[in-house]
Amino acid sequence: MKALSQKRRHPLAAIALLLMGLLLTGGLYAVATTVNEAKASTAEFTASDTQEGQKLFEANCATCHGMGASGTQDGPSLAGVGAAAVDFQVGTGRMPMQMNGPQAYKKPAQFNDTQTHQLAAYVASLGAGPAIPAEELLDEKGNAAEGGELFRVNCAMCHNAAAAGGALTRGKFAPALADVSGKHIYEAMATGPQNMPVFNDSNVSPEGKRNIITFLKQIEANGSPGGADLGALGPVSEGLFVWIAGLGVIIAFTIWLTSRTS
Amino acid sequence: MSAAPTAEAPAYVANTKVGRFTDFVDERVGGSGILREFGRKVFPDHWSFMFGEVALYSFVILLLSGTFLTFFFDPSMAETHYAGSYTPLKNVEMSVAYSSSLDISFDVRGGLFMRQVHHWAALLFVASVAVHMLRVFFTGAFRKPREMNWVVGGVLLILAMAAGFTGYSLPDDLLSGNGLRIIDGVIKSIPVIGTYISFFLFGGEFPGTVIISRLYTLHILLVPALILLMIVVHLFMVVVHKHTQYPGPGRNDRNVVGYPLGPVYAAKAGGFFFIVFGVIALMAGFFTINPIWNYGPYDPSPVSAGTQPDWYIGFVDGALRLMPGVVSGFHFEYIIFGHVLTLNVLLPALVPAGIIFTVLFTYPWIERWITKDNREHHVLDRPRNAPTRTAIGVAGFTWYSVMWAAAGSDLIATHFHVALNDVTYWLRALFFVGPFIAFAVTKRVALALQRKDREIALHGRETGRIVRLPHGEFIEVHAPLDEYKRYKLVGFESLAPLPAQPNEHGVVTRKENRRAKLSRWFFEDRVAPATPAELEAGHGHHEAVEAGEGQKTLSH
Repeated sequence: MKALSQKRRHPLAAIALLLMGLLLTGGLYAVATTVNEAKASTAEFTASDTQEGQKLFEANCATCHGMGASGTQDGPSLAGVGAAAVDFQVGTGRMPMQMNGPQAYKKPAQFNDTQTHQLAAYVASLGAGPAIPAEELLDEKGNAAEGGELFRVNCAMCHNAAAAGGALTRGKFAPALADVSGKHIYEAMATGPQNMPVFNDSNVSPEGKRNIITFLKQIEANGSPGGADLGALGPVSEGLFVWIAGLGVIIAFTIWLTSRTS
Repeated sequence: MSAAPTAEAPAYVANTKVGRFTDFVDERVGGSGILREFGRKVFPDHWSFMFGEVALYSFVILLLSGTFLTFFFDPSMAETHYAGSYTPLKNVEMSVAYSSSLDISFDVRGGLFMRQVHHWAALLFVASVAVHMLRVFFTGAFRKPREMNWVVGGVLLILAMAAGFTGYSLPDDLLSGNGLRIIDGVIKSIPVIGTYISFFLFGGEFPGTVIISRLYTLHILLVPALILLMIVVHLFMVVVHKHTQYPGPGRNDRNVVGYPLGPVYAAKAGGFFFIVFGVIALMAGFFTINPIWNYGPYDPSPVSAGTQPDWYIGFVDGALRLMPGVVSGFHFEYIIFGHVLTLNVLLPALVPAGIIFTVLFTYPWIERWITKDNREHHVLDRPRNAPTRTAIGVAGFTWYSVMWAAAGSDLIATHFHVALNDVTYWLRALFFVGPFIAFAVTKRVALALQRKDREIALHGRETGRIVRLPHGEFIEVHAPLDEYKRYKLVGFESLAPLPAQPNEHGVVTRKENRRAKLSRWFFEDRVAPATPAELEAGHGHHEAVEAGEGQKTLSH
């Protein structure tokens, strides 16, 4: 103890301390990031899945993402994006991308479930990343109220409080979430596709994600208690409706009321 | 006169019990006199005269549905945990105000319907006030003797917006809280006194615990009382001035041609109340408005995408959205003696609204000064026959609409698949050039319509029948107009520029010169109505005979 206190004024003491601090934070970060990623349970992928996936990848994806998914000018490297990213992007039809632009649009999926599974197997084999979520996280039996709170704090600023979608800068946008499957919602949170940030497991726990999906599915199933929801877009659609439909009908009546005379 | 009271024989004795009863009441209240006076008031019939009625009826519906809502609404900001029947919010911490609004929506019988009636009626109320004002402006109904009633109408518009905004904030959901936060920001941007006003209003730091109950008092007591007072003043002046009428044969500034209030017009107006009520009830029954359960309780941290105010506050929100923070290195935020002056909030929030309402309130006097017209006007202008006024109105409306559209810039971007930034840039450009384009286009269109009217008045309607004359000439046969139709086309007053007039000392003041310049700008482009002489000369010819009259007259 005495030796340590004597050396605390040594010229190299500050450097040693800094080094220790850096090592500690770096080490902790490495541990934390690997812990936070839902590890791909590669067990569900067979070797033939991976092989078939590689063939599909080389035929359909390598033009932009490069051979071995190492990335080119036109598309990023896919090492470490995980099976969840592939399942989301290919499963919702966003990949293969229709054209370059601010954001890939959702469109009919180009591959069937088996092919998507094989592609996911191949990309997952390139490096560890978020896995396709387990069924029990997608059962829509979580706490909707808690999910609602998480949604309003984390998601509503882009996706709108009623999940009707919203605009981002320069042609980017947050899509509406009705009709999106629970699995794809989970994968989007875990991988942060397009312009969406990643909500990893320390940000929003798997249970939290399950609650958010429960909330979204519940408000979707509830429908609109007050009648047609006019797109759930808030006061703009309400204003348009009252000016066009409300006032329009009333003007029709005023014309009718005054038409018999003069 | 003898001292003893003599029983005077009554002039009239009713034969039936009901008759005797009504006679008894009438002799003490004088109802028949009132009915005779009001029942014979004449109202001209035109659909565009009915927007004021729509506004009045919407207001009555607002009072009825609002009273129902007060039975169940609790404006307290005390914290509670939701225990009602909407499961996605079960046990969520929220204010009593929001919780009671949710209870009205889900646990009070007919509550959601009444809430939607109230909100739709509010939107329709302000919309019909606005359309009514546009009608009054574009037909020149604000001219003498109605200038003061125009001002009362403007005050009513502001009060309607105030009523709407105070109501919008009451449910204490995320949307209304976001709106209040913007108001708080605008108040705080006012130099020196802004922070004080904010602290007094919110009873401390935003959001505080008192704002909802204060807004509630304003919403159900002060603002509706003022609206009611203004409506009484407004209607009283309508009775005093009598109603305006569109030009037509037999109509002039000394008469009103139309139908008496009783019985037909009163029945129509009464029926129209139920039509308006019915339309609002249908909207409330079939279309959601302000689904507060979607937005969740207010919490200063989250802001939902697509957060906008109701339509009538939209133009202020749009102006805020259009304001850039920095323009090529020029900042709008200064720190003066440690106080922040945030012009990029202060300017867009207060200046456009200030300009719009200043021009709106002073316009009757501006036009009166330019025209030096001190006559009473009870016959309206067709908008095309006052091209410069119409163009000014459309320019103003365009300016408003640009800001209005900007409030929905995010939805324009997502629904038309364009970039939000581009929407903002275009609207910024339109904010400056839009009114000028609108002015020029409207004025030209109005003049062109006048020219068309003149052409039709002079030569009649084209029949499309081509006739070859014996000597080989082809002519198209024009059918002459009947007297009534022609009156509409020629029976209007076309003002000419009024040159500068010397005052009583024989001096033309600088102000008078400015007025003369404005008068020239106002009236130099004009198409004079066809005169009787021209009409006489025009018959049988189909070449344009467009005689110049006085100043510069346009010809084609």
